[in-house]
Amino acid sequence: MAERYDAIVVGAGHNGLVCAALLAKGGKKVLVLEANERVGGAAVTREFADGYSVSSCAHLLYQLQPQVEKDLGLKPALVASGLHTVALAKDGKHVRIVGNEVSGAGQDDADSYRRFHARMCRYADLLKTYVNQTPPRLGRDAPKGDMLTLARLGFDLRRLGRTEMREFLRLIGMNIYDEVVERFGSQLLRGAISLDAVTGTHLGPRSPNTILTYLYRLAGRHAELCQPAGGMGGIAEALAERARSFGAVIRTGMPVRRIVVENGRAAGVECENGDAFSSWLVVSNADPKTTIMKLVGTRHVETGFTHRIHHLRMRGNVAKLHLALDGLPSMSGVDKREYGDRFIIAPDENYVERAFNHAKYGETSASPVFEITFPSFRDTSLAPTGKHVMSAIVQYAPYALREGWSEKSKKAFIDTCMQVMADYLPDLAGRVTATELLTPADIESQFHVTGGHWHHGELALDAFLFTRPVGGAAQYAMPLDGLYLCGAGAHPGGGVSGAAGRNAARQILKREKSV
Amino acid sequence: MSVQEVEQGRLRSPFYPRQSELDRLNLWHEWKGFSSADGFFDTGLEYFSVRNSTGVFDISPMTKYRITGPDSLDFIDRLVTRDMQKIRPGRVAYAAWCDDQGQVIDDGTIFHLREGEYRLCSQERHMSWFRAAAIGMDVDIADETLDIAALAVQGPTSYSILRQLDIPGLDELKPFGLLHADFEGSELMVSRTGFTGDLGYEIWIETKQAVPLWDALFEAGRLYGIRAIGTAALDLARIEAGFIQAYSDFLPANATVRPGRSRSPLELGLDWLVDFKKPVFNGRRALAKEKRRGSTWRLVKLDIEGNKPAHHSYIYPAPSGQKEVGFITSAAWSPVCKQNIALGSVRTPHGKPGDRLWVEIYYQREMHWSRVMAEATVVEQPFWNPARRRATPPGPY
Ligand SMILES: Cc1cc2nc3c(=O)[nH]c(=O)nc-3n(C[C@H](O)[C@H](O)[C@H](O)COP(=O)(O)OP(=O)(O)OC[C@H]3O[C@@H](n4cnc5c(N)ncnc54)[C@H](O)[C@@H]3O)c2cc1C
Repeated sequence: MAERYDAIVVGAGHNGLVCAALLAKGGKKVLVLEANERVGGAAVTREFADGYSVSSCAHLLYQLQPQVEKDLGLKPALVASGLHTVALAKDGKHVRIVGNEVSGAGQDDADSYRRFHARMCRYADLLKTYVNQTPPRLGRDAPKGDMLTLARLGFDLRRLGRTEMREFLRLIGMNIYDEVVERFGSQLLRGAISLDAVTGTHLGPRSPNTILTYLYRLAGRHAELCQPAGGMGGIAEALAERARSFGAVIRTGMPVRRIVVENGRAAGVECENGDAFSSWLVVSNADPKTTIMKLVGTRHVETGFTHRIHHLRMRGNVAKLHLALDGLPSMSGVDKREYGDRFIIAPDENYVERAFNHAKYGETSASPVFEITFPSFRDTSLAPTGKHVMSAIVQYAPYALREGWSEKSKKAFIDTCMQVMADYLPDLAGRVTATELLTPADIESQFHVTGGHWHHGELALDAFLFTRPVGGAAQYAMPLDGLYLCGAGAHPGGGVSGAAGRNAARQILKREKSV
Repeated sequence: MSVQEVEQGRLRSPFYPRQSELDRLNLWHEWKGFSSADGFFDTGLEYFSVRNSTGVFDISPMTKYRITGPDSLDFIDRLVTRDMQKIRPGRVAYAAWCDDQGQVIDDGTIFHLREGEYRLCSQERHMSWFRAAAIGMDVDIADETLDIAALAVQGPTSYSILRQLDIPGLDELKPFGLLHADFEGSELMVSRTGFTGDLGYEIWIETKQAVPLWDALFEAGRLYGIRAIGTAALDLARIEAGFIQAYSDFLPANATVRPGRSRSPLELGLDWLVDFKKPVFNGRRALAKEKRRGSTWRLVKLDIEGNKPAHHSYIYPAPSGQKEVGFITSAAWSPVCKQNIALGSVRTPHGKPGDRLWVEIYYQREMHWSRVMAEATVVEQPFWNPARRRATPPGPY
């Protein structure tokens, strides 16, 4: 007889942990099964060279929803908050951004940015309400509560005022490129905003709905940049601790082979090692494609749904580059105190768009965009004394590289990265003692996310709110009784935010009560 | 003067060389890219051949898919609403398939040719839907429409005719059974199926043997009143049998735009094809909900007073004709039943067997239009359903 639980969560990504914690808090007997040896999924810290540790995927915390902290009584340990963004210029005349302030771009841009930021935050606050709740169902069958939520969305939009509402509706499908070109003179500022709008997506600044992705990033805490203690794994460990404190059992090194379906409903899971566990409630933190195509099997769900899941756009473009350094590299125009900040290489909006062009054709960017941090600068636990680690998000490195990802193509991409960075960090190469490059293919195989995709599926207007991951399955419940999604592929999307995990848990508790 | 023949961009049936010899009407319409005859000689006589001797209808243009591979049964079982586990090799199943909303995409017949090997026949083409349904399954779907020629041989003397062809096992072949036989070195498939509601067979062969098969069949049928028939005769026969047809009695769900214009199998009188004991099939979740809450529409068979066919008529609950509750989808005067019959779509709760409804019939006499309100009774059984259809072995007529 397989051990029985009230709920089984497949995957201990941060969303799985949030969901498990809230289900346990709600009185359920919960088992979490994680394939990897460590909890956290893409929110994890690993040693990549002797004595050097780094956040393997997500490295900056800026989206963790306050409601998640509140519901779990979580107090994330941070080594720094309110980090500045330094948009690097080759000549050392960098532009610095924090909150609504910009320096180094002239007074006009500083004023424009303040207005721009205020407006974006207003829209993002509107979005935040929806980020933190289950999207309403549309159509003839919609229950009354859902219609109320929908009405409220209309009402909130109205409260913005007629002109603002029109503006919001105009912007949401638009591209960030037109917006930055219209508002700002500084190329560095334009590039920096463009970068924030496209990170983690298969979009360039000229692609539609990149204002939506920009707003999404701001929804919650206006994208205040924080560095968690011990890397992003620190957040995951803290979430796991909360989950355990409510009684959840977490088992790592337990890849789930399949979700067991009996008589047309989820009935438990079976692990690679043969262990089986029973539960009438299976909650998957794996991405929707993995969940349906691999763990459940298409024959247990209907064709229209299968077809939509099959066609989810899940090709990641983000690579992670980790360097072990025997000392901090020099950067002209950067003060020693600033090394704990966030550095970006996105010198202008066209540079970002050009970097994207390659990805369309299965090539890596000839000149990629970067988000660089030196986490060891503020967190000495990450590297031996006097030594440092560099953690960089590099885009675009397409999952489906035409020539295929191999040692050779990885080496070539590392060379490209080092070459581009050399313009800003001239003595970087000489300081490197170890290198790790994680391509989307590596992220897929090591973190079990299809395509290595940041959001477990593109964040776009056609896969947002009522239609995320797909229409007809946007309320965490999959069209298979007893099966739910709780990861980034569900509403609202990715980033270390905990929103999907929290919304899913609340929806499950609500539904299971009413059954 | 010579008349130039205009190419119409249509395919010709593999039987065309023989059909063209018989054709006296030159009435052809398009059926999924093929030319198909409305009739050849006299549509009335063609109809009577189906009911009194044997009519031969060319079903080569019918869409035919060959479904094979280890998951073929799982694939088909999830695709259609009925339980396909029960359909053994050598059996044929009439089935309908739905989208996720439980709306009928089409209906058709599925032939279990051999263990794990199926032929699915339908009026419409469905490759893209079937490909979607095959995602994640080890199954091969091939369109064999152009490779297989087929004839429906329908009517009381059809058994006697096919007997002349020395087909082993024909005597024991039950309704919805199939068998394989040899025809001049090619495999001939014979199934006891059809669209006329009478004793009848369908015979299937590779395209290159089409004409020899036709010749053998018509030679065998010479003394049994065999006659080639067109769509007009077949359509009348199928209405008498109470069979529904896409684009007449329902629209394929994927061809509708407005909500409410498609139909579920429960709304088409196909409840008996929906097996809720199966844990999963396309449309199951929606249909289970519909079953709980009740359907919006009901397919009705109507026996209407008078003799004017109720083409395109509105259906009313009362003769005052105030508020219509549905409409006629197929109508005909049935010569064999001597009844004015129709199929229609009616809003529930109207249209229960035995209910009386009123249909508004418009008809034209010498250019002037007239209108009558005719009383109609909802009947449960097919209008035409002779015992010989089921008898095994069939009688020699
Ligand atoms: C390179 C990269 C950099 C990023 N940087 C940032 C950043 O700086 N800041 C930020 O906020 N966001 C960042 N993101 C996005 C963020 O990391 C993700 O959106 C988020 O971590 C997703 O969390 P999740 O819990 O939904 O899914 P995941 O973290 O992907 O967790 C899913 C878990 O399920 C497990 N799993 C899957 N299949 C099975 C199975 N069969 N059996 C058992 N377990 C299974 C996986 O092992 C994994 O642990 C980044 C993403 C990437 C890829």
